[in-house]
Amino acid sequence: MVDQSAVGRSFAPVIAHVELGRLRYFFNTIGERNPLYRDAKTAEAAGYAGQPIPPTYLFCLEMMDAERPFEILEALNIDLARVLHGEQRFAYHAPAIVGDTLTFQSRVSGVTEKKNGALTFVAVETKVTNQTGLHVADAARTIVVRNS
Amino acid sequence: MTTSPDHSPAIGERLVHKTFAPITRHTLALYCGASGDHNPMHVDIDFARQAGFPDVFAHGMLVMAYLGQALTDAVAPGAVRSFSTRFSAITQLGARLTCEGAVAELFDHLSEKRARLALTVKDEHGETKLAGEAIIAL
Repeated sequence: MVDQSAVGRSFAPVIAHVELGRLRYFFNTIGERNPLYRDAKTAEAAGYAGQPIPPTYLFCLEMMDAERPFEILEALNIDLARVLHGEQRFAYHAPAIVGDTLTFQSRVSGVTEKKNGALTFVAVETKVTNQTGLHVADAARTIVVRNS
Repeated sequence: MTTSPDHSPAIGERLVHKTFAPITRHTLALYCGASGDHNPMHVDIDFARQAGFPDVFAHGMLVMAYLGQALTDAVAPGAVRSFSTRFSAITQLGARLTCEGAVAELFDHLSEKRARLALTVKDEHGETKLAGEAIIAL
């Protein structure tokens, strides 16, 4: 079981590229038609240097370009079949746009037992910076582990 | 924003509302690839059953992606300061999701006027799948 010794552990940074083709696949999958996302001219007219990514796409980028997408689970010896996603938060500080190279740095920020140990909540915080070093976002997720 | 700059939305005003087509196995397969989340739980029924579930179920982040789409249909993406959700129930295959968001609070942060939107995603039975909030600049 994951315990307090996991708190503070950090993981290899993930370097991810915001690529138009992969983004289009995401838009087609969820039925996103907003021209601000899909059309470069519309994005430029709205003041962006490139097409911005939609609000949850940071989570995807980190998984897509990770050498080991489930590294945190592996490192903490958590079985993939026993996890659920409990919470997800994003705070946005600057736009991330097509062409950006983003760095994701994650660390375990908390471990909490629930329901007399039947569940363990593992909180992971991720800082996202771009190719100029600009802090573009913070993400935080809670992984729920079913222990029994 | 859907409102003009000199007109703040009112508390309780519903800014976000969008419904989505039923979630199919095909949707989950596409999202597996499009999101980079290759957890077999969402696409491999054998894996899901072995883990104690009757069938595959939707990625929580797919549901949050729908909510994000509904949000930025109504609010310029650049005005979204934060976006958070709690995943309160598993979203089953076939679910027809409705995303809604209403103004819960108006406040100032430094010199910026902001609103807190209370967000929900419910299925066709009215069961809440996601509950969350977004802070937006007005």
